[in-house]
Amino acid sequence: MQDRRDLTDAKINRDLLNFALVTPRWFWVVLLFLFAILGIAVYAYAMFINYGQGVTGLNRPAMWGFNITNFVFWVGISHAGVMISAILRLTQAEWRRPVTRAAEVLTVFALATAALFPVFDTGRAWRIYWSFPYDFARGIWPNPRSALVWDPSAIFTYLSSSAMFVYIALLPDLALARDRSAGWKRTLYSMLSLGFRGTSRQWRLQTIAGILLSALILPVFVSVHSIVSFDFSMALVPAWHSTIFPPYFVIGAVHSGVSAVVTLMVILRFAFKLEDYITPDHFDALGRLLIVVSTTWFYFFIVDTIYALYTRESVEVEIINLRTFIWPFNLISVIFLLTAYFIPVPLWLFKRVRRSVTWMLWTSLLVNVGMWLERFMIITPGLALKQPLTYSWGEYIPQPAEFALVLGSFALVATGVFLFAKFFPIIPVFDIKEGQVLKAEVKIGRREVPAVIRD
Amino acid sequence: MATVTKTGVMGLFRETDVAADAVDRLNRSGFDHSDYEVLTGIPYPEDSFGEGRVSHRLYAFPFIGAVCGFAIGLLLTAGTQLSWPMVTGGKPILSVPPMIIIMYEGIMLGAILFTVIGIIFESRLPIFNRKLYDSRISEGWIGVVVNNPVERLDEAEQLLRQSGAEEIVSDSTGSGRRTGVGWIDE
Repeated sequence: MQDRRDLTDAKINRDLLNFALVTPRWFWVVLLFLFAILGIAVYAYAMFINYGQGVTGLNRPAMWGFNITNFVFWVGISHAGVMISAILRLTQAEWRRPVTRAAEVLTVFALATAALFPVFDTGRAWRIYWSFPYDFARGIWPNPRSALVWDPSAIFTYLSSSAMFVYIALLPDLALARDRSAGWKRTLYSMLSLGFRGTSRQWRLQTIAGILLSALILPVFVSVHSIVSFDFSMALVPAWHSTIFPPYFVIGAVHSGVSAVVTLMVILRFAFKLEDYITPDHFDALGRLLIVVSTTWFYFFIVDTIYALYTRESVEVEIINLRTFIWPFNLISVIFLLTAYFIPVPLWLFKRVRRSVTWMLWTSLLVNVGMWLERFMIITPGLALKQPLTYSWGEYIPQPAEFALVLGSFALVATGVFLFAKFFPIIPVFDIKEGQVLKAEVKIGRREVPAVIRD
Repeated sequence: MATVTKTGVMGLFRETDVAADAVDRLNRSGFDHSDYEVLTGIPYPEDSFGEGRVSHRLYAFPFIGAVCGFAIGLLLTAGTQLSWPMVTGGKPILSVPPMIIIMYEGIMLGAILFTVIGIIFESRLPIFNRKLYDSRISEGWIGVVVNNPVERLDEAEQLLRQSGAEEIVSDSTGSGRRTGVGWIDE
């Protein structure tokens, strides 16, 4: 990390709290835009409710389509946050400071959005309570032997843990916001900060909390996408029933999630003028991380394909054939491989690209286009394969309502993160200040090298 | 204006070293670590000011939470299967592998929930009563607040002044911001 800027506490407070305390006019424009997209999605969902699942293109045998793709995709995105935050906290990586909170917040909103899609997909969302363990009178309970019951338990754990993680790490900054706000905002921050004053005890507990919660959340993070993969791998559907799915899903989630964090960092840097805090060094570090993560993901993808082919089971070979040569899956395969791996990774090998904010924005966006398609390619071709019984030879052609919900999901996550950034500092202020205090220059020969003081 | 009984005194310092000197003076004058607090805007390494190391029982919380989570996980999985005992394919009623998955999530959720409760509890939060504070602390100033013993607060004020405090704040002066849940006053 070479970019070291000397920033005073007052400047850091001003820069990082400004958006939370002062509302620029463009805030309303962006919010209106996001609400407009959300409005389209709400209309599409109203169609779902009014006409039922018939407004989707779901047709036997492919009964899982965009909704479940979206679910898996957003669960994947949610993995970035805690992965980045927890691993970087545990390893005390210095460049984590401006990145952690945005990543954690992205986790919370992405996961909350993901959780909506299985509910949509059930068709009758108002009866979702049937799946809760509540019916003492009749003794009817969810069946714990089903992977579809493991999934909500994992997501509930991860969502509540991530939300608590965000809140605990936010306490000092809530106190800071309390000190600098007035009126109802001061009352709100005052209540949320619980009276935090920055005593040695409180800071000590904060420091331990960061490490302890990271250590506890990491196993949850791994379990969640493993369990999401069980939705598929525990079923006897060809192309799904694979032992490699849990690690393959986890690494895919990290790939798409870290890329989403890069995209978010670029947007935050531009929108909130955070050039002093989010520097090319951060993109460089994230780019290096992405090379490793994406190559590991690609390795799992290849292994999954080879396993399917090596057994020479006719149905597995047919699905590989469907994915590779049959329209439109052949086109989707090419797009997803190019966008998720073959375009971005060679580019990231160049330092100039990794340090370029513009290049990192576009390459990280490409990855997520690819990773969305990858989810779709995992889920749908396995089901879409024509079965021996001809009555179930329907085609899955996604309908406008499904596209609207995909769009709406992006708007929902964006709205959540945007509103969070409006009310709370999206970059941890105290963490940045701590970084300023702990930094040092060490003279080695004729060079002064940046260093960090550790306790 | 009615006389306010002094319940604490705070010295505000710009420099870390000067604040550490003030804490040294308090220690030498017989003030216990529990009699005063050092307020900072960032986490300094433990005992940077000579205020003593923090003892806590945070590490016990995740274990208690994990046990509770395990119990709830077991109850949900075993209890529900036993309450509707449906034999499938001649297999045992209790299917252990899937139970492990849900119990694992229960253990982790319990551990994390109790850790969060532990952090709040051990941080002595939430604070409902009035506590001395100054918003300059979040701009890099350091506050040394002496709360006890009440009969030695004047002496503590003198010590803080002699140590080079830029400003002395006490609740009897009416200055200084006091924090607490739900309200703040100047």
